[in-house]
Amino acid sequence: MDKFLINLEGSKPFNVERIRQDFPILNREVHGKPLVYLDNAATTQKPKAVIKAVQNYYATLNANIHRGVHYLSEAATKEYECVRKIIQGLINTQYEEEIIYTRGTTESINLVASSWGRANLKEGDEILITTMEHHSNIVPWQIIASQTGAKIKVVPINNSGEIIFEEFEKLLSEKTKFVSVVHVSNSLGTINPIKEIIEKSHKAGALVLIDAAQSIQHLKLDVQALDCDFLAFSGHKLYGPTGIGVLYGKEHLLDAMPPYQGGGDMIMSVTFEKTTFNTLPYKFEAGTPNISGAIGLGVAIRYLQNIGLDAVGDYENGLLKYATAVLSEIKGLKIIGTAQNKCSVISFVLDNVHPHDVGTMLDRDGVAVRTGHHCTEPIMRRFNVPATSRASFSFYNTKQEIDVLGESIKKVIKMFS
Amino acid sequence: MDNELDELYKQVILDHNKSPRNFGILQHHTHCAEGHNPLCGDHIDIYLDMDGEIIRDISFNGSGCAISKASASIMTTVLKGKTIPEAKVLFNQFHDVVTSDIESNTDTTNLGKLQVFCGVREFPARIKCASLAWHTLTNALDKQELTTTE
Repeated sequence: MDKFLINLEGSKPFNVERIRQDFPILNREVHGKPLVYLDNAATTQKPKAVIKAVQNYYATLNANIHRGVHYLSEAATKEYECVRKIIQGLINTQYEEEIIYTRGTTESINLVASSWGRANLKEGDEILITTMEHHSNIVPWQIIASQTGAKIKVVPINNSGEIIFEEFEKLLSEKTKFVSVVHVSNSLGTINPIKEIIEKSHKAGALVLIDAAQSIQHLKLDVQALDCDFLAFSGHKLYGPTGIGVLYGKEHLLDAMPPYQGGGDMIMSVTFEKTTFNTLPYKFEAGTPNISGAIGLGVAIRYLQNIGLDAVGDYENGLLKYATAVLSEIKGLKIIGTAQNKCSVISFVLDNVHPHDVGTMLDRDGVAVRTGHHCTEPIMRRFNVPATSRASFSFYNTKQEIDVLGESIKKVIKMFS
Repeated sequence: MDNELDELYKQVILDHNKSPRNFGILQHHTHCAEGHNPLCGDHIDIYLDMDGEIIRDISFNGSGCAISKASASIMTTVLKGKTIPEAKVLFNQFHDVVTSDIESNTDTTNLGKLQVFCGVREFPARIKCASLAWHTLTNALDKQELTTTE
């Protein structure tokens, strides 16, 4: 890994102007205006170190892993595998083998729903999710429920966009076999009390998966302290490449689960009569994986750790406070999601202006926000809006950029008034 | 203000967005269809009262962005009293207006009210918004029997 870390950049103490220089895309213009990238909850931009690592891999190290005796194959395998240690350090797993590479959060959840669900769920069992889940934490469970006869129960949320904890407790019963819950809502920004959710669920005898797609880049996570059974996240929301993600699972659970996909690399031996599966983590990693993606993710994590997640969290909280104040002052703007505990995500709607029109007009000012239902249609229905506009902030954003957003929104309101 | 934005959000479009014409459920309708753009959540229902080949009355209902709402509104005003073949010709012309490259020589002089949508072609992501009502109309006309939106 060190050969890709010659120039890790990052900045200590935290200096946003220096950090911005690590991200080449932030220098570009859109429609003749400086890019103001506020769509970080969809995907984050990549620092030079990550871009270089991916490029260097293909320029100097490209080979297939786990199956060659030649120099490049062994070197590529080493680089790819040592990222598991970096991820282990990031989320503090007990064993390195508990880190499964996937394509992203979606595949991680599908893996658990499909493999654990098919082996363990039966008619009468219940799966508990919440109103604020991303479609990727709803649909895989619906698929497995329809195949096993298990039922899905949904924990309601209040008008601020927080889980109603008493309702969650009421829904927990001896029928509850699995609880799958998002840590930070991609639409509302709400930080859920996962520690308490995990404790209560375990008392009821249920396993818990944490969807950490929107928390891994903002908050420090420790899977052993949390005692979660599974945790899923994506590399590309963590300043790494797309197409690489992680599933953490407790070793004894992963060990007992049947494979998710069959193919090369996930087997010990194959005959037409009987196939013996490989050990963890390879049992769940069929086929040639995203090698450059994993290497890029390793560098991204090291980059983030170099700045420090505490410094990142503090700075992003400052941006959230500032943006909340700026947007709250705009007449006719309503923020959707006003939880006590929030990450740097703000969804909003304007009186009489559809989010799609907001998005098009902001774009012409160089401001990139997400508009639509954000793959959370149940949340839109809960708040009775067809869609929202969403600004999501990263540690490379600035208060000046939030001012540009505010001014641009005012222009939209003026045009449609 | 950005010129292309002015072209997209012409006063006529803003006006139809604010005060849509023929808006609501047509009580006596012979045809209807539901149109949905899952990307942005736009949802438009079209109601038709047909007298043989002639569109005697038409209305739309639903919610959407300014472009999809204005497009549905203007479409209803253009189509009232027209025959099905005339409606199809207008749809083709409309399609050309919103999709042609700016360099192409599409003749837009005879388009009348539909001409206001020529700004859409500069915003590829918005072409679907503009054409949602027209596609829904086609679906409504293709159905021989009365259909409900349930």
